[in-house]
Amino acid sequence: MDSTILVTVAILTIVGIVVAVVLYFVAQKFKVEEDERIDLVEACLPGANCGGCGSAGCRDFAQRLVAAPEIGSLFCPVGGNDVMQKVAKVLGQEAVAQKKMVAVVRCNGTCENRPKTNDYDGYASCKVKAALYSGDTGCRFGCLGCGDCVAACKFGAISMNPDTGLPEVDDEKCTGCGACAAACPRTLIELRTSGPKNRRVVVLCRNMEKGAVARKACKAACIGCAKCQKVCPFEAITVENNLAYIDFNVCKLCTKCVSECPTGAIHKINFPEKPAAPAAAPAAAPQAEVKAKEVTV
Amino acid sequence: MANKIVSPAPHVHSEFTTVRLMRDVLIALAPATLVSIYFYGWNALLLLLCCVATCMAVQYLIEKFLLKCPVTVMDCSCIVTGVLLALNLPPAAPWWIAVVGSIVAIGIAKMTFGGLGQNVFNPALVGRVFLLISFPVAMTTWAAPQSWFGGVDAFSGATPLALINEGLRGGSTVQEILAANPGLTPGQMLFARAGGSAGEASVIALLLGFVYLLCRKVIKPHIPVTIWVTVAVMTGIFSLCNPAEYTGPLFNLFTGGLMLGSIFMATDYVTSPMTDKGMIIFGVGIGVLTVLIRYFGSYPEGVSFAILIMNLTVPLLNKYCKPIRYGYGRRK
Amino acid sequence: MITFKIGGVHPHENKLAKESAITPLAPPAKVAISMAQHLGAPAVPKVAKGDKVLAGQVIGEPAGFISGFVHSSVSGTVAAVEPRADIAGNMVPHVVIDVEGDEWDPSIDRSEAIVRDITATREEILAKIKEAGIVGMGGATFPAHVKLNPPEGKKAEFLLINGAECEPYVTSDDRLMREKPEGIVIGAAIMAKVLGGCKCFICIEENKPEAIAAMQKACAGYPGIEVLTLKKKYPQGGEKQLIDAVTHRQVPSGALPIEAGCVVQNVATSYAVYEAIQKNKPLFERVMTVTGQCLSDRRNFLVRLGTPLSYVLEAAGGVPEDAAKFISGGPMMGKAIANMEATTQKGSSCLLLLTEEQTRREPESNCIRCGKCADACPMGLEPWLLNKLSRAGGQMEALEENKIFDCIECGCCMYTCPAHIPLLDVIRVNKAEVMKLIRSRAKK
Repeated sequence: MDSTILVTVAILTIVGIVVAVVLYFVAQKFKVEEDERIDLVEACLPGANCGGCGSAGCRDFAQRLVAAPEIGSLFCPVGGNDVMQKVAKVLGQEAVAQKKMVAVVRCNGTCENRPKTNDYDGYASCKVKAALYSGDTGCRFGCLGCGDCVAACKFGAISMNPDTGLPEVDDEKCTGCGACAAACPRTLIELRTSGPKNRRVVVLCRNMEKGAVARKACKAACIGCAKCQKVCPFEAITVENNLAYIDFNVCKLCTKCVSECPTGAIHKINFPEKPAAPAAAPAAAPQAEVKAKEVTV
Repeated sequence: MANKIVSPAPHVHSEFTTVRLMRDVLIALAPATLVSIYFYGWNALLLLLCCVATCMAVQYLIEKFLLKCPVTVMDCSCIVTGVLLALNLPPAAPWWIAVVGSIVAIGIAKMTFGGLGQNVFNPALVGRVFLLISFPVAMTTWAAPQSWFGGVDAFSGATPLALINEGLRGGSTVQEILAANPGLTPGQMLFARAGGSAGEASVIALLLGFVYLLCRKVIKPHIPVTIWVTVAVMTGIFSLCNPAEYTGPLFNLFTGGLMLGSIFMATDYVTSPMTDKGMIIFGVGIGVLTVLIRYFGSYPEGVSFAILIMNLTVPLLNKYCKPIRYGYGRRK
Repeated sequence: MITFKIGGVHPHENKLAKESAITPLAPPAKVAISMAQHLGAPAVPKVAKGDKVLAGQVIGEPAGFISGFVHSSVSGTVAAVEPRADIAGNMVPHVVIDVEGDEWDPSIDRSEAIVRDITATREEILAKIKEAGIVGMGGATFPAHVKLNPPEGKKAEFLLINGAECEPYVTSDDRLMREKPEGIVIGAAIMAKVLGGCKCFICIEENKPEAIAAMQKACAGYPGIEVLTLKKKYPQGGEKQLIDAVTHRQVPSGALPIEAGCVVQNVATSYAVYEAIQKNKPLFERVMTVTGQCLSDRRNFLVRLGTPLSYVLEAAGGVPEDAAKFISGGPMMGKAIANMEATTQKGSSCLLLLTEEQTRREPESNCIRCGKCADACPMGLEPWLLNKLSRAGGQMEALEENKIFDCIECGCCMYTCPAHIPLLDVIRVNKAEVMKLIRSRAKK
């Protein structure tokens, strides 16, 4: 019995050593020479492999960063400025600070605003529905409601609201990678700057039909009346093809256009609720201010 | 009036549904099931009920509480598994064998892979093989057919294959064994005279089921026919060369659950190839392995193992056996 | 029995409108004729608001090689030239005409007499077919003059006249063959002449015995033209399957039928050619079946192009209570109509009404790997695999390897799938993406 065990152990040990040596030499022979900085840069990146940077995953982006003569034009939307600072340090370069972007779904055609005109019975994919026809409502530009955007998001930042039939973006989780925007066949989702205090003013409509036609299909449609354009003090709004568009780089969030819009197509997002008109104005005013300050964190 | 429906084409559907296919399989199994209850009495019925009930219960519990996904028990695929497992058990087996086998079949062989359509191995066969290896005594206690509801007297009678196996090991030739057991002629076995598992009782009943399945377009004949031809040819050659040691084609075709296995287990959609070419290779493989195990293996029975081994090759067969495509060569 | 070898399914034929003779449907007060009635670029409108037009007058000219002429189907005044929604709700240029009387272009021979002598030359015939705006009327609407003019080096050995009408419910070709057999045969003779003389087969499925008899009688005087009876199987009328069944040749993947020495034209196209060459009549009306179990009065109308579909349905008794889906075409490949104000076009062979019970889809369940889809596919593809790869995403090369671009979108796979998986819905969009990829690769 002893000799069996001894022989077995000896043989296995020898086999193990031989194989280890062979593997070592093979690993050395087939080793891929790589810039060691790529590993360092990759360690800084979030590892989500979402493609938001435009590369095929974080390793690919790391290779791109190391190879680039200057990294100012490259950006990881998931990691944001913090990560780019780290990468810049590793590579001995300057990182250019970029504004945080979030996805905005530019449609407010809820089930209430935009009645259904037919019953879609096909496969539940916006891509299939868009390829088939103009949609199950009177608006051929609006959200199709099948959730291709939800399926595309790797961060769980967008979800379908069953009451409205529209997708909703969670600002906290959204990394601005752009996957949902690419998935939407109606190009409804736009990456816009997150804005100071995470606020933004957006036209939630993409309907380019004449006002009467658009309004007939949806109560909250933009009718291209251009009242918003006239009232904007910063010339941030353009109206083309019966549709208004607010340039997020110019908009100063004064929200004058929001109250001016006759259909309520323009929305202000993440603004505090206006306090009720105070009966005793002076007494209430400081309180109102304090309240506003508290809310806007 | 409700809104009009809009969808991509096609706008109509054939009569085929998963439930209908499963129901057809159950109807095809009915003759064999009824014959087994007729011959083996209440215990066979008890086993059948235990298997079906346990299969349904296990699937329901796993889907509802473990996976928290929609319950699909009523697509009848677990009932089919239950019936097949019951037909694979010796009719004298105790009820708890049925329960354990069903738990393994559905819980391990089907649900761990993801449910219907995702399993690699035939669930009923996995259950049976698990029981065979874990409880060899209970699984090899055979009963000879009794009269109508006469009850089952379990005695260690052997199946025809086991008889041959033991006899050969004992030194007798095949002819001697057959002479000593007059109930083992092919004619007798066709009409259910030999012992075996509950479903092997009647070859005719199984063939009736086969014809029904073909007529209803549930299965194609490729796999069963290929298995029969392969087994017949191989055993024919061997038994011609050495009739003393090797049993003949008819004997092998009608015994050992080959009929049940080739018609109902090997043709299971999920675990068999999807193209004609793949099906033929699959059938040949099962036939060869069955004969090899029967002649040269230590188990008298080879079909279950043969099918399970060939199940492993199905993804490969699906990948490399592509159907004949249109437009890549002149039609012959 | 003559049939194609690979795949196929057997839906119930439901030829409910079989015995209804073709009746002309008078145009409504206003017609809207689409400029996009054919494959390729939409025609360019050649009239303006206020212009007076006659039936048969050109109102749209081709805008490219693959394009066609469009003619007015009525006499009256042009009310507008504007975008209007088609059956899918997409905006397409239309010419809207207020109908006044029923005057046709004077050069059109309106008599019933059959004109047998074919006096025009090959070039004259081709030019006239083009000017008459004739396109494939089986549904594909490919311009006929392009199909009948094979490129240098390619010779047509067979002209197949497609009278298979394999789609259930549709009977427009059946009735046309029964009522106008000789016109179809003369049209075939004209097309055979254009193709430089070739053997011609008129292919009819076995479920149309009266049509077969009528066409056989009409072919008696034409030695190069023969009637063939085909086994009833869907999609027998698909040109690739038809060529395989009749000539035992297969069209190579990615190529046109002319590569197999064949040209396939629908019977209605053949009749339109007869009318264009022998009667000087351009294409502005066609036979359209209006049918469905829920419709009590099933008809085969001769409709003017540009007639609103709602008007056609009114003429057949109005919308039934239980009609849930309205389809332009047959139940296997037809398009569900979202907008019933859309108008009839050159490819509109049928208006089919289905009830909720007949058409509502069952919920999808797990693929049971039965292989029925692969058995049914007439192109020998594996729809279960194409569906799986498509849903996985990012598998364009694998889809290409598995020949997704060969899919003819016949619907056999989805019709047959026991698990009610929307195979074709998924395959269709991914096929388009793969073809886009292949085209952009070819451009580089």
